Amino acid sequence: MSQAAIDSTGASRGSLKAYLTGFLLALILTAIPFAMVMSGAWSSAATLAAIFGAGLVQVLVHLHYFLHLDTSSEARWNVLAMVFTLLIMILFVGGSLWIMSNLYHRMM
Amino acid sequence: MFGKLSLAAIPYDNMIVMSAVGGALLLALVILGLVTYYRKWTYLYQEWLTSLDHKKIGIMYIILALVMLLRGFSDAIMMRSQQAIAAGGSLGYLPPNHFDQIFSAHGSIMIVFMAMPFLVGLMNIVVPQQIGARDVAFPLMNSLSLWLTAAGAMLVMVSLGVGEFSKAGWSGYAPLTEKLYSPGVGVDYWIWAFQIAGIGSTLSGINFLVTIMKMRAPGMTPMRMPLFVWTAWCTNVLMVWAFPVLTAALAMITLDRYLGMHFFTNTLGGNMMMYANLFWTWGHPEVYIVILPAFGIFSEVVATFSGKRLFGYVSMVYAVAAITILSFSVWVHHFFTMGAGPNVNFFFGIATMMIAIPTGVKIFNWLFTMYRGRLRLTTPIYWTLGFIVTFAVGGAGGVLLGMPPADYELHNSLFLIAHFHTMLIPGTLFGFFAGYTYWFPKAVGFRLQENWGKRAFWCWLIGFYLAFVPLYVLGFMGMPRRMAHYNNLAWHPYLLVAALGTAVIALGILFLGIQLVVSIKKRQALNDPTGDPWDGRTLEWMTSSPPAVYNFPRIPVVDEIDAFTEMKEKGAAYQRPDRYEDIELPKNAPHGLIIGGLAFLFGFALIWYIWWLAILAALGMLFTVIARSCDDDTHYTIPAAEVERIENERYQQLAAVAPGGPAGGQTIPAPVAETQ
Amino acid sequence: MMTTDYVATIGAAPNEGVGRPDTIAIQTFGFWIYLMSDLIIFSTLFATFAVLGRNYAGGPTGKELFDLPYLASETLLLLVSSVAYGLVMLALRDGRKKWVLMGLAVPLLLGLGFVSMEIHEFYGLIAQGYGPDRSAFLSSFFTLVGTHGAHVTIGLIWMAVMIGQVAVKGLTSPVQSRLMRLGMFWHFLDIIWIGIFSIVYLMGVV
Repeated sequence: MSQAAIDSTGASRGSLKAYLTGFLLALILTAIPFAMVMSGAWSSAATLAAIFGAGLVQVLVHLHYFLHLDTSSEARWNVLAMVFTLLIMILFVGGSLWIMSNLYHRMM
Repeated sequence: MFGKLSLAAIPYDNMIVMSAVGGALLLALVILGLVTYYRKWTYLYQEWLTSLDHKKIGIMYIILALVMLLRGFSDAIMMRSQQAIAAGGSLGYLPPNHFDQIFSAHGSIMIVFMAMPFLVGLMNIVVPQQIGARDVAFPLMNSLSLWLTAAGAMLVMVSLGVGEFSKAGWSGYAPLTEKLYSPGVGVDYWIWAFQIAGIGSTLSGINFLVTIMKMRAPGMTPMRMPLFVWTAWCTNVLMVWAFPVLTAALAMITLDRYLGMHFFTNTLGGNMMMYANLFWTWGHPEVYIVILPAFGIFSEVVATFSGKRLFGYVSMVYAVAAITILSFSVWVHHFFTMGAGPNVNFFFGIATMMIAIPTGVKIFNWLFTMYRGRLRLTTPIYWTLGFIVTFAVGGAGGVLLGMPPADYELHNSLFLIAHFHTMLIPGTLFGFFAGYTYWFPKAVGFRLQENWGKRAFWCWLIGFYLAFVPLYVLGFMGMPRRMAHYNNLAWHPYLLVAALGTAVIALGILFLGIQLVVSIKKRQALNDPTGDPWDGRTLEWMTSSPPAVYNFPRIPVVDEIDAFTEMKEKGAAYQRPDRYEDIELPKNAPHGLIIGGLAFLFGFALIWYIWWLAILAALGMLFTVIARSCDDDTHYTIPAAEVERIENERYQQLAAVAPGGPAGGQTIPAPVAETQ
Repeated sequence: MMTTDYVATIGAAPNEGVGRPDTIAIQTFGFWIYLMSDLIIFSTLFATFAVLGRNYAGGPTGKELFDLPYLASETLLLLVSSVAYGLVMLALRDGRKKWVLMGLAVPLLLGLGFVSMEIHEFYGLIAQGYGPDRSAFLSSFFTLVGTHGAHVTIGLIWMAVMIGQVAVKGLTSPVQSRLMRLGMFWHFLDIIWIGIFSIVYLMGVV
């Protein structure tokens, strides 16, 4: 089995500690918004912020602990592609929302 | 059993269609007959249809593009002739139902089945050679992309004789494309043709992006890549990040039509404006996808035939990158009049006008490259000069349209049609014709005849002006697009001139055809023995014409822009390597062809509601993919001795050329020591 | 020294000679780029859901339809299967074929559980007359969630094929490369799910 082939790609650069840490963090970041929504004890603004925030952080947890994205040179282009995609997503989703709500208010 | 399909789907009553279908079938039979007569089926299958060689895949793409150019152009002839006749009392010869299918097919074919295959074909032939690689990153996926594109094209062709095509334009706006307003199969043909070809394009984008980023020759840093590679890379960025939006938008229209969903319907909460928004989110990057490769070609052509390095290389790279980024953020200019407020329109209008700036930078750089150079007036330079002059004018029209108040007057008028055809014909098409002429000898081994090329160019240029200047005027006079008939007789004379222009362009196409035939006949005289017919500057001119299957016997090492020119200047261009290596290449494989064929069946089955066939085709595609993934014996090795034999033949051919060589004074070395 | 000469050493260029050593790097990078394109497809579906997601057309809202404990179970199934796959990758790195084989069964079964729960949820909605044809909200809901489910299903088929390949061929280099790409796919789908349970379900109930 070729050790070199695996090391050069980054996809299996993980460790048991990394996966378990990621798992724990993901569990917590899932539990928080679920609990807030199901209990109904918080204001809707706070709940929405928590859902959004926890979701965002959990995405980062997955990207780092499971997909091994970091600042190393092996992951650099993957990170760059991800950041670019994020920018395009913000442009497309944000742009669509802006345009469609503008149309809605003027025409409906 | 056959869903909605029956013999009634064939439009027997329509003479025009039936004669077109008859002609196409006859031509197909003749071609199939000739292949059978000359017993070339095995050769065709083994050497071409299942080939994973990027050079052959590229040639097949371009053949597809040229065939579809003829089909799309015949739509143009019909539209122009109809509008030249159908003024006032006369209704012309095309009822609106037919006319609407023609303009829809024309746009769909020209963008997705002519321009896209043409540019992907040129990238295929050229990019790996220009970066000093042996093939693309994913050769099987490359073949798959080709056959998916061909499957989509086949669906469009079949729609002529079996059923009908969409009448909703190439952009397919909802709610017209919803089941309620278009219950026939036309829109479904359009959907599946675009969807299947679109997947092929996305895969090509991924393929070439990775190829350019990971497989460049050692020493070829990004800022030493040829401009065509830069524009190819930017084109691929656009393809990867924009095509998925089309995939999703088409999927949603499909779900509306097939499963009664309500994305873009009038009722139950649908929002048809969202379709236009999503379509153009893809649609604008798409038009930059078709123009950027042309810009890259012009950069190569201008530098080579001026005998000078491209002026302002760095600014050219930044300009292309700026155009790429900006093109993701201007899409609302395609629907300024849909009802958005001034702040939305303002933002996108400014962004639109900003794109003109980097484009202008490029034009100046091309001009400065030619200035003080020794310009050789070859056919590719003719296409380039025609482009520079005309594109600048048409681009100014684009800046005008980019102002929302002006656009309110001109949207969907013939001014718009004239503007984008000025971008697409003198821009995209002239660029592709220049590239076709420039790289033809590399791909095939002999040059195209110059005189017929120049005649074709003049017909295209003059024909273009005759066909489209009247349209600019008509736009100001208020004539809308897509009219099968009109009552304003003041428009008539202009449309007659436009029809004349189309006839002149037809002559241009004929001359291109004659050029090809004459060049094949005179191929001995037009032979390219060295692989460098133009005294080229980039690495593809180092290989033989056509190249060996492996392109380079040893991967070159690069340390400058215009690597090949540098090699020639230092006398290192044709040096024999000290030894040869075994070379590993992908074996031919039928999976791309099979999946493409199944994709065609899948689309056809869904169009006609033949559910069992659709399921079978889908399962077939899945099993083919799985079967391929279980196959690990996918490469073969060319032994070093064989490589040496091929290269020795080449050196013999080089030595037979006059000692002056293509670059003048280039010494071709005699055979030295044999390989170990 | 003319550096544009041919280089005499073996494997001087990445695509030189036999058996390119960077094949796996190219394959995983290419797959990553494909995942980026898939992300754009999902973004488009998310954008559509954002625009149409309140168009109930007199039909049911998310608040009325979504079962949060049920959702929590689905989320847990997918998360655990993602972590389990990560552990399989560790076994792969250590070359432990038996562990890889048995390990792959875990995400496969958990994933099957996830898909079954989702099909059950969809079936229930449709049976009540709340199918995707009822309103734009439901169309965008079914399509976004369903597209994710379809991707998961393809991942499961891929997993089954890989179990077969590992069993028959062992942990060869191509098999490893495919397992790595499947892993990227599987983790990516869990990331999309975070978006879905957050934006579609939880935000829909608040």
